[in-house]
Amino acid sequence: MKKSVFMGTLAAAGLVATGAMAQDAGSSTLAAVKDHGALKCGVNPGTPGFAAPDASGVWKGFDVDLCRAVAAAIFGDPEKVEYTPLTSAVRFTALSSGEVDMLARNTTWTFSRDVDLKAEFTGVNYYDGQGFMIPKDLGVSSAKELEGATVCIETGTTTELNLADYFRTNGMDYEPVPVESFTEAQNQFLAGACDVYTTDASALAASRASFENPSDYVVLPEIISKEPLGPLVRHGDSEWGDVVRWTLNAMVSAEELGVTSANAAEMAAGTDNPEINRLLGVEGELGAMLGLPNDWAFNVITMVGNYGETFEANIGESTPVGLARGLNALWTEGGLIYSPPFR
Amino acid sequence: MTTMIDPPKADGFRISQLLYDTRYRAITIQVIAVIAFVMIAVFLLVNVNRNLASLGKEIDFGFLSNPSNYDIQQVLVDYSSQSSNLRAAYVGLLNTLFVAFLGCILATLIGVTAGVLRLSKNWLVAKIMTVYVETFRNIPVVIWIIATMAVLSEALPQPRAFRGENPDASMWLWDSVAVTGRGTYIPRPEWGAGSVFVVITFLLSLVAIWAFGRWSKRRFEATGQILPNVWIKLAIFAVPTLLVFFILGRPIALVSPALKGFNFQGGIQLSNSFLALWLALSVYTGSFIAEIVRSGILAISKGQSEAAFALGMRPSRTMNLVILPQALRVIIPPLISQFLNLTKNSSLALAVGYQDLRATLGGTTMNNTGRELECMLLMMMIYLVVSLLISSGMNVYNKSMKLKER
Amino acid sequence: MTDQKSTIAFVRTHMLEQLPPPRGEVGPAKWIKENLFSGWFNTILTLLSVFVIYSALSSIIPWMFGGVWNASSLAECREILDGAHAACWAVINERWQQIFYGTFFPSSEYWRTHVAFVLLLVAIAPVLFETVPRKLLFVTVVYPFLMVWLIWGGSLWGPIGVAAGFIVAYYAGKIASGYTGSGLSALIAVVAALVWWFLIGPLVVGGLNSVAPLFPLREIQSRELGGFVISMIIGVSGIALSLPIGIVLALGRKSDLPLVKMMCVGFIEFFRGVPLITLLFTASLLLNYFLPPSVTFDLTVRVIVMVTIFSSAYMAEVIRGGLAALPKGQYEAADALGLDYWQAQRLIIMPQALKISIPGIVNTFIGLFKDTTLVFFIGIFDMLAAAQSIRANSEWNGITWELYIFIGLIFWVCCFSMSRYSQWLEQKLRTDHR
Repeated sequence: MKKSVFMGTLAAAGLVATGAMAQDAGSSTLAAVKDHGALKCGVNPGTPGFAAPDASGVWKGFDVDLCRAVAAAIFGDPEKVEYTPLTSAVRFTALSSGEVDMLARNTTWTFSRDVDLKAEFTGVNYYDGQGFMIPKDLGVSSAKELEGATVCIETGTTTELNLADYFRTNGMDYEPVPVESFTEAQNQFLAGACDVYTTDASALAASRASFENPSDYVVLPEIISKEPLGPLVRHGDSEWGDVVRWTLNAMVSAEELGVTSANAAEMAAGTDNPEINRLLGVEGELGAMLGLPNDWAFNVITMVGNYGETFEANIGESTPVGLARGLNALWTEGGLIYSPPFR
Repeated sequence: MTTMIDPPKADGFRISQLLYDTRYRAITIQVIAVIAFVMIAVFLLVNVNRNLASLGKEIDFGFLSNPSNYDIQQVLVDYSSQSSNLRAAYVGLLNTLFVAFLGCILATLIGVTAGVLRLSKNWLVAKIMTVYVETFRNIPVVIWIIATMAVLSEALPQPRAFRGENPDASMWLWDSVAVTGRGTYIPRPEWGAGSVFVVITFLLSLVAIWAFGRWSKRRFEATGQILPNVWIKLAIFAVPTLLVFFILGRPIALVSPALKGFNFQGGIQLSNSFLALWLALSVYTGSFIAEIVRSGILAISKGQSEAAFALGMRPSRTMNLVILPQALRVIIPPLISQFLNLTKNSSLALAVGYQDLRATLGGTTMNNTGRELECMLLMMMIYLVVSLLISSGMNVYNKSMKLKER
Repeated sequence: MTDQKSTIAFVRTHMLEQLPPPRGEVGPAKWIKENLFSGWFNTILTLLSVFVIYSALSSIIPWMFGGVWNASSLAECREILDGAHAACWAVINERWQQIFYGTFFPSSEYWRTHVAFVLLLVAIAPVLFETVPRKLLFVTVVYPFLMVWLIWGGSLWGPIGVAAGFIVAYYAGKIASGYTGSGLSALIAVVAALVWWFLIGPLVVGGLNSVAPLFPLREIQSRELGGFVISMIIGVSGIALSLPIGIVLALGRKSDLPLVKMMCVGFIEFFRGVPLITLLFTASLLLNYFLPPSVTFDLTVRVIVMVTIFSSAYMAEVIRGGLAALPKGQYEAADALGLDYWQAQRLIIMPQALKISIPGIVNTFIGLFKDTTLVFFIGIFDMLAAAQSIRANSEWNGITWELYIFIGLIFWVCCFSMSRYSQWLEQKLRTDHR
């Protein structure tokens, strides 16, 4: 019985200790990240081109590059990232509970997520839309012909909600086959457990590219939704949101201004374009305002690349995923990718 | 020696007595334990409060009445994507209970058969059952679930294989059951006019069976004569219902599933996710039940059956009247705790995408509304209530079966 | 005597040679008759079983043994098989490292897991078998610290520092007990250990590390662990921790103190009533809500804690069963000897109660080890996750049986040997001479 006394006292002592510890803890995410020594980034557990570990276990992809860019901006080292693979169903929980510092996980920016879920979207790195993929031999040419089809759908995504809306408004029935992850969806679809696989068109293209016989499958022409995908952080820490937002903006601006990982060092010596100078930290104190070293954007561009470079390296037309820039071209080239000025 | 008989001094309380005097120590310990408990609880709640506040959230269950906006594959009650989140959770709970209930039945059937056969005098059969039990018990149920799912969806033919003049696959049982890689489609009863009488007759015959059982038992106790109870009961079970069914012109028809569009339509669909979960859980739990049944029968001492034989009882009656009633007392409590395990393991539906309570309330709803704490809390409470109901049922049974010793 | 000879025509004067029993009543023939064909029902059962065994083996054996061991993709496998229906074991051959060590574990450090595994066997040997020299118990005591160092790497000073806390506590308690009662001295011991762990220890360890790190190994993050290694780590830690916690909970539930009893009952019933997967989700996703900001725990630690708590609730019920099965006379005898509560528990009650509950305890252990597969769902790269990522790979897309059979076999070997051990132990400890 005496031991119980001490268990109690122990618990009390522990409480006092943790309580004391709690008092001095700041709530700034940037400070916490710096303190931790690495960025905790939530990524997709495996969508080729966007985020997937390669054979030696190194994470690669378009979204992963965003994590690496933020780490480069903070630490000057893009490898200081701890990746947490998250299924779509648990990603927001992981973010809001603080399991991860940011999500770079092809997440659609919607009103309710931004306002009600208390996430803060810090930009759009890929403009997407929801499409349907179907085996060619079913002879379907339009999504309107999918009455009664079985549809594989990732749970916890906007596509799940869009799908319900689309079929309801078109007065069609369908049977959902809920799956937890992209890879599982792909397995089920290939095994024929569903007629149709629906998700973001970019992921459909990535998925189709990885099939043994891509030509046996077609992506239907309908795009049934707007899916602006972007990184997000927890609500309530604007400084941290700024870091992520302006890292993405720096990558976009760098492409617009013609700064690449190859020529950044040369330009950092000083150019006659003041915006490039400000971006690369040659002029002004933009970095310090963010709480980062002044060469933060320079690090991002040299270590990870500008927006166009990461796009081409991971999902561009020369890769197996083979996506065209389309909506994701710079605004100067007819796309939607646009960064506020660095001023 | 005088100190020994001194009465304890009324005002002799010292602080140290709290620790060293058994009269007070119990109180001290409990007070400290409660303080610690409360402090931990307060600590956790304060943190939750502060963390939620810094996110700008608050605990709010209002989301339950908002539309869920998503569809569910297997729906036992009315549900659409316009129904509320609470309704979605209810559908999920029903799905959980559905698979758990059917799983318990199948697992019991498998387990009892395997357990009895394992004691069979037939060496080969006993060995096969041993292999079954040891294989399934020692491999995690998740692996069974995933493997069953993989086999069902990859080895079985897809609906499109049934199409055409010379299909690769054909339906079973006179074209009434279609086993596909997407699920199994079975005939659906169609309730025509008058079917209600058939159902009523059926229910009445169930009552009659019960009444007959009581009457026959009383007759047995009074006269010692035994009727062929099983056959009579079977007759009461089937004959009146069938009679009414045919007299009324077969009001209940079976609609077979037929390939229409992408899928089979018209029948009842048992999706593969349900089948995989159900079969894997049942076969896995069945191996535990087999062991319970076996050890329950073995626990009855040999003298009991020898005594019965000495009284001239046949082996079958020895089993029914002497061994089983005693063995059941040993078997039932662990059997019910296996049912409990099966119910909890049904949350592994996650592995195959069967939309149970965890997938609706603790999955899609949680993710769409961002109410992690509320959803998780509610889900745990529901599971807890289900478990407590099952185990209180067990306690009631235990009490009624308790050996009445004098 | 001689007269009688005349009346009896013949008396055999020597024994006849014993005839062998009829052919049907001896050897294999008898055995077959008794065990396989002892009646029409049994004969049907036997024939049915033979048919089942034949049809199962005739498809499984060629499939298993005709398999391909060397290929780099499923397509290549199928090409080699050329239409034959056989396994493609090449996937195991190619990817076994991923299944054993996980995707992210650096291959140059595999030896550390091997050493840890061998040491584990050495460490548990004296616990399992009485014939093993008692001196090896030293390894058992040291093993947890060695394992942490081997798996997670870093300097050996860290684990030594933690271990030193226990030594500090022991001596502090011993010195204090010279001056005060046992209760207060235990308190002093705990405080001393805490002071060491949180205040002095980190400084000393930090200092030692900066001056001369002891056997520094490459540091490995928890998220780099995976495969069989992570199942083993979670399983072994859970098993080692859940037994003592289970005992405490069981005693609490049997306690005379109503409040303590109530708390223990609530704790046990809660954790037994809720599926493990929801607890794991809570630990992996919601824990941060309950902690002050910026206080974080390693995910592996959280999982170990959750798995431990979950199975200690089951353990408590198993041990409670054992306690309930003890005759009341044992408790009364202990009281009559004047033993206090803890002495009675330690010397009389627990040894008997634990012995009764051995089968249940080992079953709980087996259940715990099997439950480690659930960590797959919270993003830990265990064997199932490895299987999934192999299946998702375009080279091996469509492979199922081979992977799950392999993983299942690993689990089967571990769990089956545990259950065999418990049966052996039960036999050995059986003291009622039935």
